[in-house]
Amino acid sequence: MVEANETGLLDRLARRFGPNVIAPVFAGVVAILVSSLALLAGGYNPFKAFAEIGKVLWSVDSLVLILNRGAWYYVAGVAVAIGFKMGLFNIGADGQYRLGALFAAYFGAKADLPPVIHVTYIILIAVFVGAMWAAIPGILKVTRGVNEVISTIMLNFIATGISAWLLGNYFRREDGTLLTATKVIPISGRLPSLNRIFSAIGLGLPKGSVLQGYIVIAILVGIGYYVLLFRSRFGFELRVTGQNPAAAKASGVKPKRMILTTIILSGAIAGLIGIGPLLSDSQHLRYSDQFPFTLGFTGLSLALLGRNHPVGIAFAAIVWHAIERGTQPLTSKGYPQEIGRILQGAFLLTAVIVFEVMQRRAQREAVRDAATRAAPRLEGAAP
Amino acid sequence: MIDAAVSAGIAIELRDIVKRFPGVVANDGVNLTVRAGSIHAIVGENGAGKSTLMKTLYGAHRPDEGTVTVNGVEQSFKSPRDAIAAGIGMVFQHFQLADNFTVWENIVLGDEPGSWYRIGAASARTKLRELGKRYGLEVNPDALVGDLGVGQKQRVEILKVLYRGAKIIILDEPTAVLVPQEVDELFTSLAELTAGGATAIFISHKLGEVLEHADAITVIRAGRTVGEIADPSTVNAHDLAEMMVGSELPSPETRESTVTDEVALKVSNLSVTVDAIDRLHDVSFTIHRGEVVGIAGVEGNGQSELVEAVLGLESLTSGTVELFGVDITKASTVDRRHAGIGYIPEDRQKDGMVLSFPLWENCALGHQWQAPYGDGHWINRPGALERTEQIIREFDVRTPGSNVPALTLSGGNQQKLIVGREMTSEPKVLIASHPTRGIDVGAQAAIWEVIRRARSLGLGVLLISADLEELIGLSDTLHVMYDGRINATLDPAKVTPKILGTYMTGTAVGAEHG
Repeated sequence: MVEANETGLLDRLARRFGPNVIAPVFAGVVAILVSSLALLAGGYNPFKAFAEIGKVLWSVDSLVLILNRGAWYYVAGVAVAIGFKMGLFNIGADGQYRLGALFAAYFGAKADLPPVIHVTYIILIAVFVGAMWAAIPGILKVTRGVNEVISTIMLNFIATGISAWLLGNYFRREDGTLLTATKVIPISGRLPSLNRIFSAIGLGLPKGSVLQGYIVIAILVGIGYYVLLFRSRFGFELRVTGQNPAAAKASGVKPKRMILTTIILSGAIAGLIGIGPLLSDSQHLRYSDQFPFTLGFTGLSLALLGRNHPVGIAFAAIVWHAIERGTQPLTSKGYPQEIGRILQGAFLLTAVIVFEVMQRRAQREAVRDAATRAAPRLEGAAP
Repeated sequence: MIDAAVSAGIAIELRDIVKRFPGVVANDGVNLTVRAGSIHAIVGENGAGKSTLMKTLYGAHRPDEGTVTVNGVEQSFKSPRDAIAAGIGMVFQHFQLADNFTVWENIVLGDEPGSWYRIGAASARTKLRELGKRYGLEVNPDALVGDLGVGQKQRVEILKVLYRGAKIIILDEPTAVLVPQEVDELFTSLAELTAGGATAIFISHKLGEVLEHADAITVIRAGRTVGEIADPSTVNAHDLAEMMVGSELPSPETRESTVTDEVALKVSNLSVTVDAIDRLHDVSFTIHRGEVVGIAGVEGNGQSELVEAVLGLESLTSGTVELFGVDITKASTVDRRHAGIGYIPEDRQKDGMVLSFPLWENCALGHQWQAPYGDGHWINRPGALERTEQIIREFDVRTPGSNVPALTLSGGNQQKLIVGREMTSEPKVLIASHPTRGIDVGAQAAIWEVIRRARSLGLGVLLISADLEELIGLSDTLHVMYDGRINATLDPAKVTPKILGTYMTGTAVGAEHG
């Protein structure tokens, strides 16, 4: 009686494919509709605009760029998600990675080390600085009860100030130019591109396309995140704390230690974000005032969109940059540049809402389902 | 038809109510006839469908089939507002009061007299005093609700319903939160209410009070009406119990003593101060192997703090905790649980489970360091699943599998799962805090059996409960806590719930070592 006839199309689709597929697809449709409306309102032809976007995206070149940038985004998403997973809002990933990258860039360029060790050395510096910068709000929270949202936001500004000061006065290369930047990381400290691996298996990339070696690091971060979260005792306790702090405490989790460990871990992964541009992107390879910023904030959106899940964040990161990449050339064709933002915003908002609604429905269904499946045993048990 | 009903004095008539509702048992043809001006009891196991039925009556949801007739008029309530308009009011088990508002403010909340810019406090107070006097429910209208005792708060809830003009009052397990003296007062008030023309319907598990106070009884089992007793003097508790569960009601009594000389848990001079308030003051007692030590007391008199102190969740101002002669005062919660303290928390959904997690992860909760759930670093999923299957089998947890989220289980099954996970980890001391609260008679009997078995296996058991029969029946030694202290130690073989009640309210103090 309660079945099919009462439920809508979405529910039926959800039962068939699961909310993990339906929510993003539905969100994509809504995002395209909303941005089409915006284009129409502005007097543009949405069909032409989306044809333009499709044309841009339909190339190996675009795919490579999306994967490259998606890898940075992915690590940013995971860094934030690990905090979210235990109810901790690390808004400070941005400052953590920028400061980590600055120190790593300066000391990395200075050092003269053999290849693998050099890369490891630079990564460790970035991770260490990111972790320590994240430890500050952690310590403030467990000792003084300072809300981490506020302290991490403030520490982002402080990180901006400190890095500008350090870069301008101490870390800047002295070569007589006006450029405010650290020295370029030598070859031994860089991550090799993946192009050679692809040509080795017969998939040569077009000339000029460079698949960044950082993608491997992003994949390792993802695997590590999954294993930590779903296979380790620490991850179990972290998830319990996020879902029910009281139960976590009763089962022996020390709340303060958990907060501190998690935020430091989040900061350590945040430290890895800057490794992408620093060691893998020929446009950077040094810290300067051109260094990519706000990646940490993008990570917040991606963690939300990917529902803190290692696979979900990966999809989110790719879609996110696909939108950016696809809408980038529209400006030169006379379209408003905000269209990418509208797509991203509509997509994020719809996906989050649809997923939440579906999750609740699925939960109700699970209760009902369990009840009907368990009920015969109950009736049988009552003589 | 209408005339016939009114002249017959039928306040409420439910016919063949069917409600398909997420839950283990839905309503499947319930009939209920309540005479106007009577106290009508509805009894049945938890999960038998009483609450579902009451929600139908109160307009919280609509039945899928069947009719609701109030004073001869067939009704179809779309919301509680419609039910109130028809003169039906509900008093919930968990009070819905704002503690920082006064009594009259709470009562008028949502239905304030006066104009748009001021609340008619004077008229509210007058009406309130009138109601109180008429029904013997006097409460100071200007008292802060947060300062009131449980019994007084309940009066406020009843007044709230009366204030809105309800003539039919539904009370969901009204005595669950009261001590015996307050129970008597409640029924006196209900008697006055019904004498004044109102009708009271109450849900209860406690057959004694049902037989004593109800004018008529309806028994519900597995979603169906199985008994309609117009004259309670024709039945006894035994009959009712059989109707409720379809078999004989289990009793919490333990058999011969298994108490040994070996000390399992010893707490000495425990004091806990939270926010400069003494929550626990100089509490000392000993639990031997094979002994159940019961702690009675009105909630909020230090029982939770005592449990937290023993588990290491609350820091002590002074005192020591010893487990089998080893001082564990400074040990962490994990170490204490490893050392063999099993814990059944008083609020299973808050402290004992993560509702969105699958059953097997909930079984690992609190034991995530130990085999079979893990090795300290990694979670052993196959091991945990296997143990969960074992718990489901041995403790009769009714579930479609070990991978469904815990929120799909009924309260009784959740509790059986928790009890199972604690017992299968082979503790030496078991702390059971309200282990049978809010669960059905079947699950209750199963958990009593587990506690008895734990006792005969030589565990030391600390039992905290608000169910006085359970405490008296299961305990070998009984301490009463009042205001953070142990104010009496009683022999459960000699004490009655009534006497216990006087100690619990602090009106009697002293030790009656037996």
